[in-house]
Amino acid sequence: MDRRQFVQTAAGAAAISSLKLKLPQADPSIKELCMRALSTAKTAGASYADIRVARTRSQAINTREQQITNLSDGETYGFGIRVLAQGAWGFAASRELTTAEIDRVAKLAVAQAHANRRAMRRAVQLAPTPVVKDGRWRSPIETDPFEISIEDKVALLLRANAEALKVSGARFVTSSLAFVRDQKTYASTDDVFTVQDVYRCFPQMNITAVDSARGLFETRNSAEVAPMGLGWEWVLKSDLPGNAPRWAEEAVRKLTAKPVEPGHYDLILEPHHLFLTIHESIAHPTELDRALGFEANYAGTSFLAPPEQILKKFKYGPEFMNIQGDRSQAGSLSACGWDDDGVAPETYLIIKNGIVVDYQTTRDQVAWLTPLTGRKTSHGTSYAESWADVQFQRMPNVSLLPGERDLKVEDLIAATDNGIYIVGRGSYSIDQQRYNFQFGGQSFYEVKGGKITGMLKDVAYQSRTPDFWNAMDMIGGKSSYLMNGTFTDGKGQPGQANAVSHGTPPARFKGINVINTGRDRG
Amino acid sequence: MAEFSGLSRAAARQLSERVLALSKAEGCQVNINASANGNTRYARNEVTTAGDTDNATVTVTSRFGKRVASVGTNLLDEAGLARAVETSERLAKLAPENPELMTLLPAQVYTEVPAFAPASAALDAVRRADAVRTVAEASNRAGLTAAGLVHRIAGASAVANSAGLFGYHAATNTVHTLTVRSPDGKGSGWAGTAHNDWTRATPAAQLATRAVGKANGTRAATALEPGKYTVVLEPTAVGNLVGLLAFAMNARPADEGRSFFSKRGGGNRIGEKVVDERVTISSDPQDPDLLTSPFTGEGVPVGGTAWIENGVLKNLAYDRFWADKQGVKPTPFAGGFRLQGTGGGQSLEELIKGVERGLLVTRFWYIRAVDQRTLLYTGITRDGVFLIERGAVSRAVNNFRFNESPVTMLNNLVAVGKPERVSSAESGDVGGAAVVVPPLVVKDFSFTSVSEAV
Repeated sequence: MDRRQFVQTAAGAAAISSLKLKLPQADPSIKELCMRALSTAKTAGASYADIRVARTRSQAINTREQQITNLSDGETYGFGIRVLAQGAWGFAASRELTTAEIDRVAKLAVAQAHANRRAMRRAVQLAPTPVVKDGRWRSPIETDPFEISIEDKVALLLRANAEALKVSGARFVTSSLAFVRDQKTYASTDDVFTVQDVYRCFPQMNITAVDSARGLFETRNSAEVAPMGLGWEWVLKSDLPGNAPRWAEEAVRKLTAKPVEPGHYDLILEPHHLFLTIHESIAHPTELDRALGFEANYAGTSFLAPPEQILKKFKYGPEFMNIQGDRSQAGSLSACGWDDDGVAPETYLIIKNGIVVDYQTTRDQVAWLTPLTGRKTSHGTSYAESWADVQFQRMPNVSLLPGERDLKVEDLIAATDNGIYIVGRGSYSIDQQRYNFQFGGQSFYEVKGGKITGMLKDVAYQSRTPDFWNAMDMIGGKSSYLMNGTFTDGKGQPGQANAVSHGTPPARFKGINVINTGRDRG
Repeated sequence: MAEFSGLSRAAARQLSERVLALSKAEGCQVNINASANGNTRYARNEVTTAGDTDNATVTVTSRFGKRVASVGTNLLDEAGLARAVETSERLAKLAPENPELMTLLPAQVYTEVPAFAPASAALDAVRRADAVRTVAEASNRAGLTAAGLVHRIAGASAVANSAGLFGYHAATNTVHTLTVRSPDGKGSGWAGTAHNDWTRATPAAQLATRAVGKANGTRAATALEPGKYTVVLEPTAVGNLVGLLAFAMNARPADEGRSFFSKRGGGNRIGEKVVDERVTISSDPQDPDLLTSPFTGEGVPVGGTAWIENGVLKNLAYDRFWADKQGVKPTPFAGGFRLQGTGGGQSLEELIKGVERGLLVTRFWYIRAVDQRTLLYTGITRDGVFLIERGAVSRAVNNFRFNESPVTMLNNLVAVGKPERVSSAESGDVGGAAVVVPPLVVKDFSFTSVSEAV
């Protein structure tokens, strides 16, 4: 996959300033190219067409100890045209935004749809969607990260590294900042035209403590700092320099932490850990394309299949378990005004009172579910990584809603007699139908008699998705609900990355199998 | 030597010279990547989506003393290139000094690698759909459903700098991977192929036969307890795991005491025996089944390297800075590797005949690091695990989760087969490294729990 890189021009920077907190503008020349693409595709035989013109800017700054290891900026600009012709999809894309190239690519997409007819059995059906004459949306950023000077960014990272290295035993440290801005214009023959300006950022650190004499090393990363759909204000709020000493101390403490005794424990999982368990064991299996077999060759299928045996029947977890799909939580990574089908995403329940009631859908998937749910429109979960990739179903933010009682993680620990409290994401692996999983973490604490009694290491838990979620017996309340997320979730072939958030309170899971990854490999 | 029509050698040289002429920095490096990316996906025995994308990116790296920054763009008109050059210079001036920055390499001599196959470049939407139809019809005839990907990238990369270096490499890569499943969800079989040259990749009909056979064969899978088993790993499964070892062979983390290849008390383990003496792992861009780039991103020539020879760690990868600091020659990673075994050459079938009781594994999935100290990984078997009894496959069994290290695996070696190029990237697309590996028989492979997934 090409690096998505950008150039920031002086003129571009000025334009961004004037747009701060305003909705993005539509460029009349881009709109004209979009309309031309749709018209050319129609004339060439398409029954439906859409076009995305996208300019993606990215910036990455990486450091180690007191030096910079990478400073790169990038821009990629281009368009992708998707068509339906005789019930088959076609897609072609190019970086040259000229009328001649628009015409060539639109015709190429239609010709490709015709070629695809050679191995087609069922015509694609597109669910209806409302007309959007002129939609505009922008991420709710306070400060455009591309306006902050490189010196300030580098200084912040090197200060954080210095703070980490002040801790005795902390030997190595890396830190980085990543920023992305997607400016996307979308138009379709279903009378949808939208312009969106989407930002993402991700501050990160990783600290390594080494005990050379014993041949040991341990790491601790900035697991509590989430990637977000926010601006520079999120980097400041994340406070890498302020948190670095604590993470470094934990890396050092892990060198002498007690190896976990394998067995069954009550696990207290805090949001910066639990979000990834939700991502892997709930968000992926509720993707409709997986359930129907469309992703069988890579991402896999889903144990939640076939839908007629699952919807309104399958008990995923306890009655207080409610899972929401949305693309609207402020600052979340999948937030947008319209998806890449031109649909305004909905906030809806995927699991209600512990029972599966819905899947994630796009316009070309809805017809599969209509007989079961009566629904005739998409939930708005279509996404393509870039102008160069065809859009398909990607997960919205999939979140575990907080419980009615406003419990905090301390309450969960206090109620636990023999447990392990796990902080932050670690190693994670799950099978292709999302049943059997094994997850590690960043920091592990022994809980005895309602109190944290020491640090553990080499902890991983292994379970089976429905067993695990039905073992959930306590959940935090509203004030303990937090979002974390993944910046580059992979799916599709050729692989595409998606950024998505998951909100959750802490929760407790009874009697989960824990293995020791350092000693007996389970 | 065949060139990519979207970026010929002459065009790459001209484009890099245009960029270098715009540069006002003390030093400038230009990297160019151009590609024509064509793919066709299928599922439920029919094409689902496809894509044809043309793109080209220029990355300009400007330097002033030890200050350096890179800017990439795919806007390749004069204005776009000028902005990229100016912005990289502006950012480089703002960057703090990088004490590890090495001087620009002068002109180098690179070997020509014949990695561009015209037949692969010609794999268009019609030919891809025909490959899909071949699989879909076979799968449909068997009452099964197929999902897969036919993927081709034709392209070229070039590197040039203000010290007079220039390198150009054109390459094609193709992959066809597919999974065939039974409608009741009880059977699943996989097959795949990868090669620079589509005419040397396994034909669609042969892949379909293999995957259909496995899908039918796994429908009646029976339960088997987890534990330590002798395994016959198909080449793809070997590639899945050995790649984790091959790409961990980096000198710096080893010397810094945070790698499996670190020596207790300091230094690295070069010269030590790390795996069974029958194992040799090497890389060479000229290997007719690897055909990787003869230069790195900064223009370091890539030659043949033995990483592990007869079980002994011979080399670790050194970038220019770390090589200079340690007083050794830079040893770059290549974009692929070959595992060869002494006495190898047996077919998969012959290896199975030599196993009294064991498990035949098609491939692994969702492999993630558990412990970098031991290179311990966890993952899942997928698309076909079969019990071998008295030298023959007796029945299909459930999938397993493993917790195992490729190092342990290569120390528990029983027998080595004949190497072949595989598609061993989990993504099943062109993105992975070039991997040539044999099937292996390994004892005491550690399966730690059952996976109900099919």
